[in-house]
Amino acid sequence: MATTAVPAHPAPKGVSAYDEHSGIWSWIATVDHKRIGVLYLFTALTFFIIGGIEAVILRAQLQGPNGTLVSAEMYNQLFTMHGTTMIFLAIMPLSAAFFNFLIPLQVGARDVAFPRLNAFSYWVYLFGGIFITLPIFFKVAPNGGWFGYTPLTTPPFSPQVNIDFWVIGLQILGVSSLAAAFNFITTIINLRAPGMTLMRMPMFTWMSFIVQFMLVLAFPVITIALVFLLFDRFFGTQFYEIAAGADPLLWQHLFWIFGHPEVYILILPAFGLVSEIIPANSKKPLFGYPVMVYSGILIALLGFGVWAHHMFAVGMGPIADSVFALATMLIGIPTGVKIFNWIGTMAQGKVRYTTAMLFAIGLVALFTIGGISGVMHSSPPADLQQTDTYFIVAHFHYVLFGGSIMGIFGGIYHYFPKITGRLMDEKLGKIHFWLNFIGMNLTFFPMHFSGMLGMPRRIYTYDSGQGWDTFNLMSSLGAYLLVISTAIFAYNFLKSRKKGEVAGSNPWGAGTLEWSLPSPVPEYNFATLPKVSSRYPLWEGNEDDAESARINSQEGKTADELGIVLPYPTVKPLIVALAMVVMFCGLLTSRAVLFVGAAVMVFALYSWLTAPLEPEHH
Amino acid sequence: MSAPAAHHYTATGLDSRKIAIWAFIGSECMLFVSLISTYLIYKGRSIAGPYPHEEWVSPTGEHFNAILNIPVTSASTFVLLMSSLFMVLALAAVQNKNVPKHTFGDRLLGSSKLWLLMTAVAGTTFLGFQAFEFTSFVHEGLSIRTNLFGSSFFTLTGFHGAHVTAGVIWLLTLLSIDYRRGLGPNDALIVDLAALYWHFVDVVWIAIFTLVYLIK
Repeated sequence: MATTAVPAHPAPKGVSAYDEHSGIWSWIATVDHKRIGVLYLFTALTFFIIGGIEAVILRAQLQGPNGTLVSAEMYNQLFTMHGTTMIFLAIMPLSAAFFNFLIPLQVGARDVAFPRLNAFSYWVYLFGGIFITLPIFFKVAPNGGWFGYTPLTTPPFSPQVNIDFWVIGLQILGVSSLAAAFNFITTIINLRAPGMTLMRMPMFTWMSFIVQFMLVLAFPVITIALVFLLFDRFFGTQFYEIAAGADPLLWQHLFWIFGHPEVYILILPAFGLVSEIIPANSKKPLFGYPVMVYSGILIALLGFGVWAHHMFAVGMGPIADSVFALATMLIGIPTGVKIFNWIGTMAQGKVRYTTAMLFAIGLVALFTIGGISGVMHSSPPADLQQTDTYFIVAHFHYVLFGGSIMGIFGGIYHYFPKITGRLMDEKLGKIHFWLNFIGMNLTFFPMHFSGMLGMPRRIYTYDSGQGWDTFNLMSSLGAYLLVISTAIFAYNFLKSRKKGEVAGSNPWGAGTLEWSLPSPVPEYNFATLPKVSSRYPLWEGNEDDAESARINSQEGKTADELGIVLPYPTVKPLIVALAMVVMFCGLLTSRAVLFVGAAVMVFALYSWLTAPLEPEHH
Repeated sequence: MSAPAAHHYTATGLDSRKIAIWAFIGSECMLFVSLISTYLIYKGRSIAGPYPHEEWVSPTGEHFNAILNIPVTSASTFVLLMSSLFMVLALAAVQNKNVPKHTFGDRLLGSSKLWLLMTAVAGTTFLGFQAFEFTSFVHEGLSIRTNLFGSSFFTLTGFHGAHVTAGVIWLLTLLSIDYRRGLGPNDALIVDLAALYWHFVDVVWIAIFTLVYLIK
């Protein structure tokens, strides 16, 4: 930041460092990983609420038989956007908020490896998210489901502009994820502090590290699948044109080669957060640390070999079905190992039930249920009965809501004091947890039954007398409960930023590096680069650890006083991101827009790459 | 690219950009694997011609030659392979800029401008061949809309061509920096990054040439 230009005055205790030079400009031009993390957090929570509103409308429509709240067409748009929003605009970016905020702090770095690229990722995400979200307000939102199967999404069956928004929007969001992945891989490999060996890294950083590799390998595949669809829609190619001899399964294979790793991209960061919360609140190091690392790697590897279990119903034949069924069942093993290790961490520990801890335990319990129903339909004969029913909807909401979202909520409560310097209200937090836990189970548990009774996914209404009425009513009531619990969370979150109890550097008595820093963390993170000698430097470190923790916990020094060089703030990444989105908009409007966008993008990119990152060293 | 190298501490001792470019190349591998696999899966599935390696007579009696012209593409492949050699020489010239040069041969080999230019020229020549190839295929009756072969062929080779184009722009940028302030051993890294990308694009072409052109 522009520390060089700002007069040096220490921030008073408990006042957010971001107030020091605040104002909208300081956020627009920021390249500070912590601020970008906060931007991700706020944006993704906003999209989480939008996706949630979409879900509640769906549940209101299905509350009783023959609902008439929305039309069939609107229903299609709502479920498509609910899935797309929650996956690409809420859970992934919420994980990215923690990648941004935590990875540099956990490995002992002053920022990510490429601060401006990091800002670029955020702005691409924001503009791409707006691009894909706006159409629903004009009733032209994507309507082909979140996995956009061809040939439904090809021009003969979906000639309108709806699917165009989806194809282009996902393409834009892919750029953001890939750029961020290159950045975090480099940060973790290259910016670890002295002594921070790979096997001393905090478990959140480890799980994030694995996720970045999955992103790098999985996203190009959907990029190409989307390019084919884009070309089919805009340039008349025949990739998905069955009449021309195209393989009807090409899209499904490409999509799920991306889509199944994506499932682990969504859950592993939450596993990482829980692996920080549980040791901190059990006063014990994580049980079986190396096994946790290896099981994470194994989940990622196996995750690339199970995509076709989403396709048992297409008739791939007994050999393919068996191979993918066995590979899928194998994933249950490393996942089970993780569950047992969390329980092992809590066992004989001094467990303290903070809100974050409740959410972490909630993840362990609910993800296990979702995991078990997953193992159920890893068997093709069972899957043939369950596929495309509400049983599947129940399953993936247990792993995504019960897993990812519970973990992320836990992470927010746990790390809120590090981000803002203040604690969230624990009393409201616990109310939030219990309403959320009950609401979540009330919504999704009955779906196992409605699914088993044959209720298909993605129908906008149903007749009574099929035994589905009560279960649907329960699910809808649960969804309303989730609205209340989320409103309590939002109130707590916004209120505690300004009025929460002042936290101090380590309110939970945790052992990892980020807790040695003042809360909120100064711009430069570490006054001195720490020397790390252990996995939990604050619990079991030697004198070096203690000495660097002592220096780093001191508050009030500016980067200038410490002689630390920080990158310049810049809006160039924002301009490149905006121009790129304008360029893509040109596909829908006119070539002139496309060329103007491309020209501005290239110009701004050159200007970015030729400008120095930070002041010269002296 | 001309941003001054930051002398921050790094865990591996490598510049961060070097690690990032490898991660980038990893993702590019998956991009081309997806494109090439699709081409191979769709090989022989086109309902109507023209076809890559066989002649085709349409139901209306029109005659179409086999589309792929292996001698011409062999020539362009050779040019692209040579460009990798030039790229190696360009990097070596930048790294050894400060080594005294006595003979004409030394000066020739030590001219980073010459070898950067040669690499860019070879890349541009390859693109010229590709433009010729694309236009002649269209004249022979194969466009991106004609059949599955056309769609998957033009998309695959077009993506590769776009990568070569980006590489040429990158090389010309380096060349212009070389003219403005001279590239020396301190800049070896930024040339190295371009070289890694360039060699990668070259390797991808070897895969495409073998799988698409040579195997019938």
